[in-house]
Amino acid sequence: MLRERNADFSGMVEPDRVRKEVYTDRQIFELEMERIHETVWIYCGHESQVPKAGDYVTVQIGRQPMIMVRGANGKVNVLYNRCPHRGNMLCGDRNGNTGDFFRCSYHAWTFHHDGKLKNIPMKAAYEGTRYGKDNPDCNVKHAARVQNYRGFVFASLASEGPSLKTFLGKSIVAFDDMCDRAPAGEVEVVPNCFRVIQHSNWKLFLENQLDALHPSVVHQSTGRAAHEVEKILAKKASGGAAPLSYHMLSAFATVTIDKWDDFQTINYPYGHCILTGYMGLRPQDPDTLAYDKVMIKAYGRKRFEKIVGVNIHHVLVYPGLSVQSPLQQLRAVRPLGVDRTLTEIWHFRLKGAPEAIYRRSLAYYNLVNSPATLINADDLENFWKCHQGLASDGGDWVSLGRHHGRDIEKNGEVSSGPKMGTSEAPMRNQMKAWAKYMQP
Amino acid sequence: MKEQHDVEQFLYRQSELLDTKQWKKWIDLFTPDGIYWMPPNASYKTWEGQPAIFAEDRNLMTVRMLRVLHPDAWSQRPLWETNHVVSNVSIKKEKKNGDVEVTSRFHMMELRRDDVRHFAGSYFHKLKKTKKSYAIQLQRVDMANVQAAYDYVLQVWV
Repeated sequence: MLRERNADFSGMVEPDRVRKEVYTDRQIFELEMERIHETVWIYCGHESQVPKAGDYVTVQIGRQPMIMVRGANGKVNVLYNRCPHRGNMLCGDRNGNTGDFFRCSYHAWTFHHDGKLKNIPMKAAYEGTRYGKDNPDCNVKHAARVQNYRGFVFASLASEGPSLKTFLGKSIVAFDDMCDRAPAGEVEVVPNCFRVIQHSNWKLFLENQLDALHPSVVHQSTGRAAHEVEKILAKKASGGAAPLSYHMLSAFATVTIDKWDDFQTINYPYGHCILTGYMGLRPQDPDTLAYDKVMIKAYGRKRFEKIVGVNIHHVLVYPGLSVQSPLQQLRAVRPLGVDRTLTEIWHFRLKGAPEAIYRRSLAYYNLVNSPATLINADDLENFWKCHQGLASDGGDWVSLGRHHGRDIEKNGEVSSGPKMGTSEAPMRNQMKAWAKYMQP
Repeated sequence: MKEQHDVEQFLYRQSELLDTKQWKKWIDLFTPDGIYWMPPNASYKTWEGQPAIFAEDRNLMTVRMLRVLHPDAWSQRPLWETNHVVSNVSIKKEKKNGDVEVTSRFHMMELRRDDVRHFAGSYFHKLKKTKKSYAIQLQRVDMANVQAAYDYVLQVWV
């Protein structure tokens, strides 16, 4: 039914339900790559990943292998990882330093960091041909648009479209909240990426990120286990409190379903969403108080209160970025196929903040986001099961009906209703945006 | 030669406890301040203050154990077995009190649902001499697999 290229998507997304093919059909996946991932702004990386000239990282935008590289002039370029000669990838590694120029490993064509042709070896063989520096087709193609917001580099492979700031809209708070929490106003990447593959469609990950109902069901085992140990440690501790990392885990069990309803989701155009609420990471322990002092010195009390008062648990930047700004965690979602998705997981240091604050972010990174995760393992299991079930003939629709009809819409923003934090409003909003992208 | 034999027997027992899912007994192999550490790559020098795949003291090990034993640890519901082979055991340092530093190699096959995965790499053990055997002060695990993406995650210690 979906063989024709201009398939009609209008019937696939209803306000409270979605056709299963949206998740499982290979042709829809190809069209998604074309109309969403290879069109909108996609996160490439943080500029601190490429501090020196020639430093590069390779990154996938939709189906396109790309290179993010720092030029000698300091500019960060995003290029297609493809030699214009015979199509060889220029960089075969995930990161490195290419030196003063790129040199193709196949026939030694060389290119500047901005993709311009530097030299073709045995030039005489090309005399009188169309190949040479005057021909722009002999340059490495670059992403149509590249923009940097507070160190976070995005590229769009479409020359037309909204600016990065317009696209991000209010979800830009993900980057502001992260950077503002640094006394120096900026963050620095910790040079380690945990990469985990899930056997499901990419959208299942995005939907799960802001699904406030799932933690109590899915992460109960870890929450309970951590709470058991936390209680024992608290009894032994002189101050009566276990390390905060136990709380990060036990919250999955101790924050009950009705408490999750106290949080709120705020949904924006283009599919972005914020989940408010906070796991209580602003306690009055000596580490936090020392950090507060440095922050007040840097910003003044009024601005400081405003910064640490930002009430965010999670920001989803559609279609592939999940940011937990209060803990400086970032997950980039790279679809590999209709049923295979890679997540690249990073964390950041708040420049100028005491080491103890970094340790907090690190604890979350190791316990929740590492390949030995105590949390995401059970999500991955559900993603796989979900994709398997959706691919079956057991039903045609996916229900997104929780608290449907009770969303509050105002100026293009959709909020979950009061005491309805577990509403499926984020999924409804994502699918609404999806349909718009797919049927421009 | 006796030390070599004793150390080998101890390392075999360590992996046997993992393969037979005797988590509590496995945790009890560690000293009270013992650490299980799997760095993101071989260049890491210390487990503290840096990213780690595992960096667990006995308290965190207990969290992991209780979680795996919980009936709702969904990801561990399906059939799941591991099989370690440990070899190339080499004592690198030996103190007068009997404490040793040991390197070895391992290969672990893991079955989960219908999938088989292989993990291989090296162990570095700091072992404290006890009355009858040894206790683990540090178990460092450098897996050859760390550079690749994780197709599904690790749920218990390797």
